[in-house]
Amino acid sequence: MSETLEHIASAARADAPPAIVLDKVNKWFGTMHVLRDVSLNVATGERVVICGPSGSGKSTTIRCINRLESHQEGRILVNGIELTDDVKALDDIRREVGMVFQSFNLFPHLTILENCTLAPIWVRRMPKKEAEALAMDYLTRVRIPEQAKKYPGQLSGGQQQRVAIARALCMKPKIMLFDEPTSALDPEMIKEVLDTMVGLAETGMTMICVTHEMGFARKVADRVVFMDRGEVVEMGTPAQVFENPQTERLKTFLSQILRGH
Amino acid sequence: MSDLTLETSVAKVPEAAPRSPPASQIGLVGWLRTNLFSSWLNSAVTLLVAYLVIRWLIGFVEWGIVNAVWSVPNNQTQACRDLKGIGACWAVVTEKHRFILFGTYPYEEHWRPALCILLFVGLYVVSAMRRFWRKELALVWIAVLAAIGVLMWGGVLGLSYVPQERWGGLVITLILATFGLAFAFPLAILVALGRRSRLPAIKAICVLYVELIRGVPLISLLFMASVMFPLFLPEGMNIDKLLRAQIAIILFAGAYLAEVVRGGLQALSKGQYEAADALGLSYWKKTGLIILPQALRLVIPPLVNTFIGFFKDTSLVLIIGIFDLLTAGKTAIIEPAWQGFGVEVYLTVGAIYFVFCFAMSKYSQRLEAEFNRHRRR
Ligand SMILES: Nc1ncnc2c1ncn2[C@@H]1O[C@H](COP(=O)(O)OP(=O)(O)OP(=O)(O)O)[C@@H](O)[C@H]1O
Ligand SMILES: [Mg+2]
Repeated sequence: MSETLEHIASAARADAPPAIVLDKVNKWFGTMHVLRDVSLNVATGERVVICGPSGSGKSTTIRCINRLESHQEGRILVNGIELTDDVKALDDIRREVGMVFQSFNLFPHLTILENCTLAPIWVRRMPKKEAEALAMDYLTRVRIPEQAKKYPGQLSGGQQQRVAIARALCMKPKIMLFDEPTSALDPEMIKEVLDTMVGLAETGMTMICVTHEMGFARKVADRVVFMDRGEVVEMGTPAQVFENPQTERLKTFLSQILRGH
Repeated sequence: MSDLTLETSVAKVPEAAPRSPPASQIGLVGWLRTNLFSSWLNSAVTLLVAYLVIRWLIGFVEWGIVNAVWSVPNNQTQACRDLKGIGACWAVVTEKHRFILFGTYPYEEHWRPALCILLFVGLYVVSAMRRFWRKELALVWIAVLAAIGVLMWGGVLGLSYVPQERWGGLVITLILATFGLAFAFPLAILVALGRRSRLPAIKAICVLYVELIRGVPLISLLFMASVMFPLFLPEGMNIDKLLRAQIAIILFAGAYLAEVVRGGLQALSKGQYEAADALGLSYWKKTGLIILPQALRLVIPPLVNTFIGFFKDTSLVLIIGIFDLLTAGKTAIIEPAWQGFGVEVYLTVGAIYFVFCFAMSKYSQRLEAEFNRHRRR
């Protein structure tokens, strides 16, 4: 029953233009080949979880999508715009793509509210009042409006990460990238951040999320991508990937993270 | 059993009121005990040092206040000479204070440099207050510096023209230091950013500049500015000597400050740059809003250290014959009647330098504390 529903949902999404296209992307750090022919299409509204062992190129993949890293071969299209050295195109893309980092990366010299209003004011040229109202709205959605006047250093890790999510959302992005948003957090804070992300997924946001949180993946992911040594090894629904791994590499990985948890 | 006793005791005993620590550990007595008299040796050293300090203080007060001569009638320094070594001759300062502050500036126009000094101090005070840290402050600076130029030179608004050769004293020191740092600081920021540029040409120019300037002493730079530079100018063209020295100081301070600023830039984590990039901020917005505010806060102590150093280094212009505060002090005691009263003059000049440098130091400490109030680290 739910299978069919999901099927219909993803079929409907398939009509919309793909939000992200990675076509045979290759990247080297020096001589190290870290992305090998990575191809991945993400439909608008789709939620993709990327998992894989450490050093497999997960972060590099999503950092290529907003060009924090540049790829050397292959093509990347975001909302139909190709990522090249063209600065204008890059500005357009970064405006549409929000990113949340493992280490939060809030700006410590600005208050929570200023963290959230900075980009809307300076990049989107929004009036200050409007930006503040917008920021308070998102801070309320991540359930920390009362912290708005504090500085990042005065918040717990979980709170900081929720601010980071709100900060990214204030740019009204069409796509959100998450790079292990919960791995720097204590266990009791992981849930509050994951809950926020689940709430975000329910709004229909296109999301790519690097995480090892299997529960989260099962709950929200339309697709799980397993990477190893710079390659996409397996891809499928959470059920397919977690219950029915096809390759030896994925089996080993799953047994390792299951043991870890 | 033990559970039971615990429970009852918890129920009975009211919450303990906070007590202050034992009297022997707080207050003056406690402080003295822990810091000065913690052991026999410590006590002995304390007493010895206290004895020496008090002896010296008594001596200084006797010399500097009790036996001092505060003024003498028309250059009759005999009274001072009689007390040489016993009492200070502050009369030399009373007599020469105008010369020390204003140099050879025409006597009846002394109000002009005096007003300039007040303007400078006012400018410092206003700039020090964070509530005035707005774009308009730059305009205030431009206006005040322009007003100072008009006041010093004159030639307009009914002010008589005073050539630069006649300027001198404290006002010269303030001009060199203020203009010097006001231009060197932005230059330093650009150079520090340039050194981290991805464009090889810009990077090379910045590295070359810093290394060349840092490699030579300020004195030789000043000599070059005053002696060599005019040789290469077309005949008849002449750039003001003070301006040349000023440019040398700006270039020199710029190189040092650039390295300080670069230290701050390097201390920032890559994540800050990436977060700014990911939000779509352009290079200059990222630099101005995220990177520099944090980097500069980190380097307040070495920055102010360099500022203070340069404030005092402006005194090196004496070797190319510019009449700054120190030179004015030196020149004041050349006159035969006042020869031999260097100590008094140098103490006074030193005190003036100290006031400015100490104010800078105190201010930087307060600023640092203010900036760090919200940070846990
Ligand atoms: N800036 C860099 N310079 C050189 N090598 C890098 C750089 N960033 C990543 N690498 C290398 O590229 C490979 C892929 O790194 P990446 O960070 O994408 O892995 P990951 O899958 O995100 O791993 P983790 O789970 O540890 O975050 C690793 O071998 C890493 O050492
Ligand atoms: Mg990673």
